[in-house]
Amino acid sequence: MASGNNLISQPSRRDLLAMALAAGASTTAMGQTSGPPVRVGGTLSLTGPLAATGAIHKIVGDLFVQEANKKQGMLGRPIEWVLLDDQSKPDLARTLYERLITVDKVDLLIGPYATANILSAMSVAQRYNKVLVHSTFGIPKLATYDRHFPGWPIGFSPEDTVSNMALDGILSTGKQVKTFAVVTSKFPSVQFLAVGARDVFKKRGLTENLYLEFEFGARDFGPIAARVREANPDILYMGAIGLEGNQLLEALEKINYTPKNHMYVYPSPGQLAQSPLGKDALSLTIYEDLPPFSDNPEAATFARLYREAATKAGFPFVDPETQAGAGYSSWQILTGAVNATKSLNDDVLTAHLKKNGAETIIGKVRFDGPQNYGDDLMRLKQVQDGKWAIVWPKQVATPGKTIIIK
Amino acid sequence: MSVTLLGQSILSGIFSGSLYALLGLGLTLSWRYLKIINLAHFAFIFLAAYLTYQLAGPGGLPPLLVIALVAPLFFVMGYAQQAFLEHFKVDEFASIIITFGMTILAETFIQWIWSADFVRLETHFLRGSWELGPFFLPKQEMLMSAAALALCLVTAAFLRFTWIGKALRAGLDNPQIAASFGVPNKKLSLLIAGIAGALAGVGGAFMALLFTLAPSQIYSWFGVVLAAVLLGRVGSATGVFAAGLLIGVSEAITMAVTAPAWAPLAPFTLLILILVFWPERV
Repeated sequence: MASGNNLISQPSRRDLLAMALAAGASTTAMGQTSGPPVRVGGTLSLTGPLAATGAIHKIVGDLFVQEANKKQGMLGRPIEWVLLDDQSKPDLARTLYERLITVDKVDLLIGPYATANILSAMSVAQRYNKVLVHSTFGIPKLATYDRHFPGWPIGFSPEDTVSNMALDGILSTGKQVKTFAVVTSKFPSVQFLAVGARDVFKKRGLTENLYLEFEFGARDFGPIAARVREANPDILYMGAIGLEGNQLLEALEKINYTPKNHMYVYPSPGQLAQSPLGKDALSLTIYEDLPPFSDNPEAATFARLYREAATKAGFPFVDPETQAGAGYSSWQILTGAVNATKSLNDDVLTAHLKKNGAETIIGKVRFDGPQNYGDDLMRLKQVQDGKWAIVWPKQVATPGKTIIIK
Repeated sequence: MSVTLLGQSILSGIFSGSLYALLGLGLTLSWRYLKIINLAHFAFIFLAAYLTYQLAGPGGLPPLLVIALVAPLFFVMGYAQQAFLEHFKVDEFASIIITFGMTILAETFIQWIWSADFVRLETHFLRGSWELGPFFLPKQEMLMSAAALALCLVTAAFLRFTWIGKALRAGLDNPQIAASFGVPNKKLSLLIAGIAGALAGVGGAFMALLFTLAPSQIYSWFGVVLAAVLLGRVGSATGVFAAGLLIGVSEAITMAVTAPAWAPLAPFTLLILILVFWPERV
């Protein structure tokens, strides 16, 4: 079905081009649903510097809508995803959400990806009192709107809880980890967590050998690598967005230096795992296609379909992980609330979500804490044998895997 | 700060600067001799980089062979682009808009074919580093820097000593008089455009060897490469190399001595100082 400037969406490269050119929108084939579609509006960064991750969310949204429409959709009606390309620009995201509400007159909103764009969308949602479910918003304290619901449950103070969880895992091995270096991009959510890690590491008695910040989009990591080599920390923490982690590792390799232990927040997961230099690299995750997540039949189906779609779209790395999981959980939160309340009313949805939270493929997500944040469900993962394995906390670790610290 | 850290950082800056020069060489030629500020030069570089990735990665061809294939292909593309611009009589200012539009189209094309995700050419070609005392000399960067230096010197010599170079300069001073002396201005402009395209092809091939690629990265090179072109004096092949080194080394020292986040300030501070105190240089 197509309407107006909307396009029928399939997760393909050709579709991405159409999106980029036409800033179009998408719907999926209808299944057992009937009646007029429930229109869910949102933007994604289909072009621009965040497009690599935007493409993941595009696939996830398409898959979710496709599968939901084979069942009951929303209220027994098909879901129509009105998707626009925000070009990775927060200012454009703000304009497009305004358009979705006032011109396209969508019934519901779904958030974009990335902190700055979500914040832009949130300001528009707030003006119209619309519920905004979103994924991967990195600085919870900035989300003050009482009708925002994060599909990425990192708790209200991830700078503290996430860093402590990671250090708990590292120190649980009993190995002598006494010094650290923090090298971080100035990309806001990445820097935010790196500064938190720095404070936590210091408070827990580790000595800081080096703290460096670099601009997002840096090209030359040679001098930074030379400084890391000279600092020679027991653990290197890198606030890395995308490929910056790989870039530093490649620069370190060129000066014949291998970090003793190394952790990355938030790297491009596939490229880091597939690189020989990524051996034993630590990172954070909210979802992997591994037990216990894959014990959930819906998660297992999602993972299979995601791999097929990502392969078809030509992605070099086709395993679903944090971004895909958070994107899918956002759709589950919104759809689950609508179907549970049999309502599209924003007041009703807000009350339901605050009271009940949501069941998702990443677990039970609650919104009853400060600023609608609940539990911090972040886990520590590590590259082992060229693949990611969840290694901490122990109760959710991949069977047979334990954290490796030197 | 140790001598080793400073020395290794300076080496890193030399490699970066060489790459800036390699990427800026074709740009400076087309700006001076064609009166075209060819932002599509960056699109050519990235198209060549992705093509190199495809041929040398999944395609399995040796990277040096790929460079030999890519350079003539992009000569033809540069030639065709110039023929197009001349056909529509595009002036210097309009060329910025039109070639920027071409760049956006190229970005979309790349994203269509290779997706928006990062791609990395994994190759054993010249992996690793040579050791020189406490310093490390990465082999791929050494080859790239040698290529950049050689191409800048050969281009400078070509423009200074050959009949074609002299004819180009004559055509630049007064095209009508040059034409009356038998200078084929149009053919020469197409030749220069082809050479600039081929240089973009070579630059792109090295880009694929050294960097992970993503379509949107095209724009991240605009500022620093244009700064090298301006600092080196538009049209000067040796100037762009010297300016590239100046920028690369100043960035690297900034990163080694202060916060790396300050590094992007170095080239533009230099550019502003030159524009203010030595405007005739640019």
